[in-house]
Order: sequence, then structure tokens, then C-alpha cells
Amino acid sequence: MEADSGDLFEKMKLLLKKIRNSFSRVPLIGWLLGALIAVVLEYSLGESLADILMLPKIPVLFGFVIMLKKPLLIPSVIIFVLLIYALPISAVARLSAPLTNRLAAKLFSLPILISVVIHLGLLYAVLHLWSDISAYRVLTLKLTLIAVMVTLSLNVVNGYMGEFSCSHPGFMALGAYGASVVTVFLFANDKLFGTAILPSALGPFIFPLALIIGGMVAALGALFIAIPSFRTRGDYLAIISLAFMFIVKSMIENLEIVGGPRGLSSQPDYAGLPTVFLWTVACIWIINNFVRSTLGKALNAIRDDEMAANAMTVNTRRTKIVAFLFAAFWAGVAGGLFAHVLRYVNPGTFGLQKLAEVLAMVYFGGLNSVYGSIVGAVSLSLLSEALRPLEIFKWIIIPLLLILVMIYRPTGLIAFKEFNVMNLLKPKPMPEKED
Amino acid sequence: MPLLRVEKMSHDFGGLRAVNDYDLEIEASQIRGLIGPNGAGKTTIFNLITGIYKPTQGDIYLGGARITGLQPHRIASMGIARTFQNLQLWRHMTVLEHVKMARYSKISYGLIGAFFGTPRRYKQEAEIEAKAYDLLKIVGIHHLSDQVVTNLPYGDQRRVEMARALAADPKILFLDEPTAGMNPEELVQMMEIIRRVHKELGLAIFLIEHRLKMVMELCQIIQTLDFGRVIAHGTPEEIQNDPKVIDAYLGKEAVI
Repeated sequence: MEADSGDLFEKMKLLLKKIRNSFSRVPLIGWLLGALIAVVLEYSLGESLADILMLPKIPVLFGFVIMLKKPLLIPSVIIFVLLIYALPISAVARLSAPLTNRLAAKLFSLPILISVVIHLGLLYAVLHLWSDISAYRVLTLKLTLIAVMVTLSLNVVNGYMGEFSCSHPGFMALGAYGASVVTVFLFANDKLFGTAILPSALGPFIFPLALIIGGMVAALGALFIAIPSFRTRGDYLAIISLAFMFIVKSMIENLEIVGGPRGLSSQPDYAGLPTVFLWTVACIWIINNFVRSTLGKALNAIRDDEMAANAMTVNTRRTKIVAFLFAAFWAGVAGGLFAHVLRYVNPGTFGLQKLAEVLAMVYFGGLNSVYGSIVGAVSLSLLSEALRPLEIFKWIIIPLLLILVMIYRPTGLIAFKEFNVMNLLKPKPMPEKED
Repeated sequence: MPLLRVEKMSHDFGGLRAVNDYDLEIEASQIRGLIGPNGAGKTTIFNLITGIYKPTQGDIYLGGARITGLQPHRIASMGIARTFQNLQLWRHMTVLEHVKMARYSKISYGLIGAFFGTPRRYKQEAEIEAKAYDLLKIVGIHHLSDQVVTNLPYGDQRRVEMARALAADPKILFLDEPTAGMNPEELVQMMEIIRRVHKELGLAIFLIEHRLKMVMELCQIIQTLDFGRVIAHGTPEEIQNDPKVIDAYLGKEAVI
């Protein structure tokens, strides 16, 4: 009997390996194609399938919310997810692999920019169709993308540079208010700043500028932390940056001109999904460029041995300050987007809770890794939405997950992995005949 | 004019005078040795000249320019590169990345290049990489360039430090016990590398070493340090027979 079950286990393992192998030949574009077909299916047939399965509506987040609210519907939700997502994606990805591989090879021979644009276009199409089902999905998606930006920018400091900064909510707040003040002042009829100054047609063009101003304000705030705390190494940064976060929060609470504790509202609706998507892509691209250059690698050298870095001609103090301001800038941009997605900000948002969220995403996803930040931010944002029906237990489950990750993978899920676009887009043809 | 000149340099750690009135002159492409018992202040002298500590008194000139009290990275980019007594490598980085890093001060593509990946950046990175490969070949570990340094055996890690120091384009190379902890075979190889670097790149070398045999073979002039003070100075033969050196190393003959 024992031998039998052992045998079965071995067979299962072999089968799993076989499945993994057969899917490892699917290039990225194959997966995107599969996902596109799945979302098209959901878009066209989702309603009727939900009706047939006696679901109240299309499950918004892969059914997690419904499953937790009404356990009786679990089987129908599973069937729905299987039919709409799992089956089409895997079938299309697997079956079209020879075709998509040829396509990927063709794209790969084109200039990299074209290939990247096509992939991103497909990805955007998938996200757009998926989120078109409900406003809730759009909001969740936007907030997730913003979380990716914040997490990645914090990873520059906490992961790549190996310092411990706690001020990212503060930078977000500065960016949110910086950008909001610009747009509200220029384009909104608001009781704080009076009537709009510029015609609203100009708005979408000025909006990127407003975001950049928000980022600059955040970077300026970062300078106040950087100058005193990068003189020496140690825990100074953690303490000073934590203090900074509280200072920003109470400063905004006491600034009547931006609404004080009541917050600032009536931001114009500029942060649509395409805008947020493009900014996220830009953020990932620029940060990834930076950390892969020798100038950016200097951060790793400083983290691993600052004295050696200094002795090898690296201007450590300047490098640290630049990286810190850079990270703050992106947190500020993310904050500006955040304010325009919700079209309301109040200082209470940018407190300890936000800090815990962002830190969790960084350490859960993995230090020193762009992949890790994306995975951490996406998985924790979606998880925290999906577990919403559990209310208070959500705050037990997520920290518990974090503890488990810290025990089994102390540097996070996908730490120390380079994000190489070339490798990502490569076709994955049949491996040389070896087995 | 000597390449490196140190004049009456002293350094105090609190009340303890670790280095006392230290003088040094190194000519271009000379190999100098610095020996002395443990705690004599050898590494402190390295740290003082390379800017990690600031001397309490005295002056340091590199090719005529005063470098006393400058930041370590400034001194390094002016032409003094060093290795460390206890390996100080970056444990998450590959061998190639180590060597490339020491070209940091020569990078001119700036932050714009780093952020947006301009063609100039890729060109310069490729140049740096080619240079790094050359240096790795000199020290004989170019086949390990993709390895993370912590995976390498000890002797190879020493070579990485050597290649990294060379990548900074030094005029003088400071080697702080480059063969500490090596087995005899690795020792011979390291000596070969030092000779090669000296001959091919024409560098001046300032060497701290515990193994007298190695210092005697490599160096033209040797200083002996004890309690922060130079007690003997001369050619290997002179040093070997100097009673003060023998005393410092072996202790005074017991008087019965």
C-alpha cells in the first residue's frame, strides 16, 4: 500500500513536471493572447454563463469575494473561473505555442522598441477589456498599478540600497497634494482656489506636468531627510524618515489652504486607465534602466560594503542622496495619480497603515528585484481586495502570510532577480532534443 | 619627484598614537614593502593614505597634489587603488560587476543615460565591460565573470579584489596582505600576478605582507613598523640583518 502511494506520488510529480515543461515553451505573447481571448470570452459570454451558474453577476475578482460571502456558490464560481479563465488561457497558450513562437521570433528580430510596444499594447488590451466589466475592477486595477509604482520606488531604497526608509507615505502625500493643487488651481471650480484659470481642454496635457511637479515636491522633501541621515550609516534613516512621515501628515492637517484634515477634493478626472498604465510602464522602465546601469549598481555596492565602494571611486554620499530623491520622486508621482484616481485626498490616508502596506509589498515580493516588486504589489493588493469580506481577519491572514514568507524566503518571493526585457520577449522554441 | 610622498604623518585613536611621524616616498613603478608585527599600524597607514581616516598631523602628496583629508573616492579616482586585508567584496554582485564598478568615476553618461538608456550609455557600458574582461584575464579569472563572488574559492576572491583595484586605473596599487590565508600554490600564483601587474601595467606597488619571504623577493625597499613608528628602512638584505627588526619580530633575547 505504502509503495503504491509513493508510486502515485512519483507519477504525480512526473506529470506536473511534464505539464510545466510543455508550458515552458509558451512565449510571453502566447500568454497574452490566451489572456486576451479569456477576457473577450468573459466580455461576451460572462453574463449568460453567470446566469446559467446562478451567480448574481460576473465574479469581480476571480470569485474570491463571492466565495467568502456565500460559500454555497463555491462550485459555480470554480466552474466559472475554469471555463472563462483557466481553460481558455492554458489551451490557447499551449496550442498556439508553435505559432506564437514564430511570431515572437519575428518580433524579436524587429527593433526592440516595436516589439515592446506590441506586447504592451496587448497587455493593455487585456487589462482594459477585463476592467471594462465593472467600475470596481477599474478602480482596483488603477490602485494596483499605483501600488506597483510605490513598491518599486521603495525597493530602490530598501532593497537595492539596503537602507530602511519609512517615509514613502509622506512622499506620496507630498506628491498627491502637489499635483492636486496644480490641477485644482488651474482646472477646477473649487471653493478653495476659486474658478478654473485655464480651459479644461488643456488639462490632459498639463496633467503630466502636474504629476512631475508632485514628484519634485516629494523629492524636495526627501532632500530634507537625505542631508542629515546619509552622513553615516545606521538606523538614522529609519528614524528620521518615520518622523518625516508624521511631520508631513500633521503639516497637511494644519494647512487650511489645502483643506486641512478634511482633505482636498474636486480633482479633475484625468487619471484614466491608459494614463495610469503608461505612467506605471514609464516608472518600471526608468527604474529598471537605472538599477541595471553601473551607476545604479553602485547602490548594491554601497549596500554590501560601503567602505569598499568608496575606495573604488564611488561617491557614496552623492549616490545615496540621488537614489533617495529618485525613489521619492516616483512615490510622489504615484501619490499624484492616487489623488486623481480617487479624486479626493485627505492626510489621514498617508499614515502608518499605508506604510505597513507598502513595506509588506516590498518585503513580500522580494528585495532588489523589479519582478519582486511587481509580484508583491499585485498579489497583496488583489489579496487585500479579495479578502475584504473577512473584515478584521484580513489583517490576520495577510501578516501571517508575510511571516511565512519571511521564514521560508527571508529576502522575499523573487529577490535578486534581474528584470531583463530581452529575455522576457524571447521566443521559446523547442529545446534541443535531450530527453 | 616621487609619485607619493607622506610627510611626518601621525594619527591618534583617542589617547593612543597609532602612527607616529611616518615618512614615505614612493617612486613611479617601484615596489615598496611595509612589514611589522600585528598591531604595528600598517593597515592604519593604508587607511590614512587612502582617506578612510584623516591624519591628525602631517601631509600626503600624490604626484605633487596635496590629498590629505580628501574623501576616499576622490583619492581613489586620483590614482590610489587598494585591496583589503579581510576581503571586502560585494556579496550579491558578480565578478564582472565588481570590476566594472571600479570604473564608476570614469562614467560620463550621467543620470540621464542611466534613466533612459541612451545609446551613449550602452556604448560606454560595453567599453567598461571590455576593459573589465581584459583585467580579469590578467588575473586569470575571466571564465568566472558571471559568478556571484560568494561562490568563488578564497584565492579567486582575492583575485577579484585585485582586478577591481586595477580597474580604477591606479598609479599606485596598495595591497594589504594579498596572500593572507592562501595555500602555498595560491601564494605562488598571487606573486606571479603581482609581478605581472607591475611589469605589464608599470604600476607602483605598496605592499603590506606578513610573509617575509614574499616581501624579500618582491620589494626593492622595505620599511619595518613597530608601535606606529618606522624602526628600520632599507633593502631586503639590510632589513633581514637589522637587529631591531629581529627584536620586533622575535622579541629580545632573554637576559639571564
